[in-house]
Amino acid sequence: MKRNQVIVALVGIIFVLFPLVVKSDYYQHLVILALMWVVIGGSWNLLAGYTGQVSFGHAVFFGTGAYTAGILANKLAISAWWGMAFGGFIAALVGLFIGWVCFRLRGPYFALATIAAGEIFRLIATNWESLTEGMLGIMILQTFRSKLPYYYVALALAASSIWVFDLVMKSKWGFYFVSIREDQDAAESLGINATLYKNISLLISSFFTGMAGAFYMNYMAFIDPEVVFSLHYISIMAILVGIIGGVATIWGPAVGAFIMIGVQETFRSALFGLAPSWVSQSHVLVFGLLVIFVILFMANGVVGDWPKIKRLFLRSR
Amino acid sequence: MLEVQNMDVFYGDLQVLWDISFEVEQGEIVALVGANGSGKSTTLKTLSGLLRPANGSIRFLDQRLDQIPANKIIEHGIAHVPEGRRLFPEMTVRENLIMGSLTPQAKQKRNETMEWIFGLFPRLREREKQMAGTLSGGEQQMLAVGRGLMALPKMIMFDEPSLGLAPILVAEIFKIIKRINQEGVTVLVTEQNTKQTLEISTRGYVLENGRVVLKGTGQELLNNEHVKEAYLGI
Repeated sequence: MKRNQVIVALVGIIFVLFPLVVKSDYYQHLVILALMWVVIGGSWNLLAGYTGQVSFGHAVFFGTGAYTAGILANKLAISAWWGMAFGGFIAALVGLFIGWVCFRLRGPYFALATIAAGEIFRLIATNWESLTEGMLGIMILQTFRSKLPYYYVALALAASSIWVFDLVMKSKWGFYFVSIREDQDAAESLGINATLYKNISLLISSFFTGMAGAFYMNYMAFIDPEVVFSLHYISIMAILVGIIGGVATIWGPAVGAFIMIGVQETFRSALFGLAPSWVSQSHVLVFGLLVIFVILFMANGVVGDWPKIKRLFLRSR
Repeated sequence: MLEVQNMDVFYGDLQVLWDISFEVEQGEIVALVGANGSGKSTTLKTLSGLLRPANGSIRFLDQRLDQIPANKIIEHGIAHVPEGRRLFPEMTVRENLIMGSLTPQAKQKRNETMEWIFGLFPRLREREKQMAGTLSGGEQQMLAVGRGLMALPKMIMFDEPSLGLAPILVAEIFKIIKRINQEGVTVLVTEQNTKQTLEISTRGYVLENGRVVLKGTGQELLNNEHVKEAYLGI
């Protein structure tokens, strides 16, 4: 216990000092993106990993958060930073609506509905041009020219999300979530209102994902429907981050986010320019291979199977 | 205490229970016996609110149960130890027990009840911090029973408690049921293990194809020619 706290504190200090040591905009940018994915992966994990309700549509909440911030800035001339607060709430409202409709059913209905919701929202954002500017997307002015403020906002968001998920999972809600995942009938016969707690889990999950979306709007200063409501850039990526890092572990999605951003960037930049350019087209393929590898050899993800990985390295030495 | 009247239950369009009526009095052990597919588990599932009767009524201590959601049943004092145990495998023994005591009354006495259960099943105390999924079959059944008792129920329902257990453990489980009953908890039990169940039961009902075909005291049923022929193999 003590040792873990020391490790967490050390990791925290490293992250706080990182941008002061590494001045490169490029590396700071990558870490900012990874921190954003820590939030999204953790949110997905709370709902899918702990509560057992797999979502294929976290882009809905991400995009809703991003568009909330964008529309506030674009139409009402309110700083997009307000979107960080409102984006989470609006995304949570959308989540509640989906949950209210789907969670009374069991089985794959929620998963299917989230895929559909993602597409519906992408089409709405594409076609409701008077509100969303359609395919043109929304462009705002960045507040800061330096990456530093964005870095610390992302870090704070990531840290607070992990803190909240940890707190929730140690509370009675956490036990209810896990019991619903493991056996919904048994949970109900013990007096747990499964529909209610599935909705609570979704609410927290969509809130943080919406915040991450609003952050993305502020940071990138440009969004369009194809990016923020994208099935494979957002929804599938959220799942990959969770699975690679370790489903139903607090630190899994955090580790998964850094691995995924690392792999994505390595291949997208064609091994940092050392490989022929066609390699840059292959990062999706590499994700696929990575998932196959993880499912075959580390079904619990990097964090979940850490003892196994450690043993492997100790033996080979 | 529990009164089921003329209950019909369907799975979709398929009727599986026909006009089921029975009652359980305070302090009794009542057995529902019958073969596979005779409707025993369906009956218990309906009592615990996971299924709804199309016709008929369920009354427990003069309150209608057939219209309230599954997660409210336990507040009326009925605990269900489901078939196949249905524990939470990735929670510890202790956490599983805590999950059994979520109603306000049960929560208040949580620690006392847990001590009582550890007294009934000393094995569970030894395994307190172990994941439920790593327990042996017999230990899992003890935990399932313990989790049901954590709610401090007035009546506890056991669905096939001897399922998948070695003969020596089966005898143990029936002893435990008897002991729980002596501690003042009314018991409703379904079983295929007809002989041993009827031996400990105050009264019993025989179900066949979703209908009650026989009823009587445990002894009467054990001596009944039809029961002997169909279930006891004599």
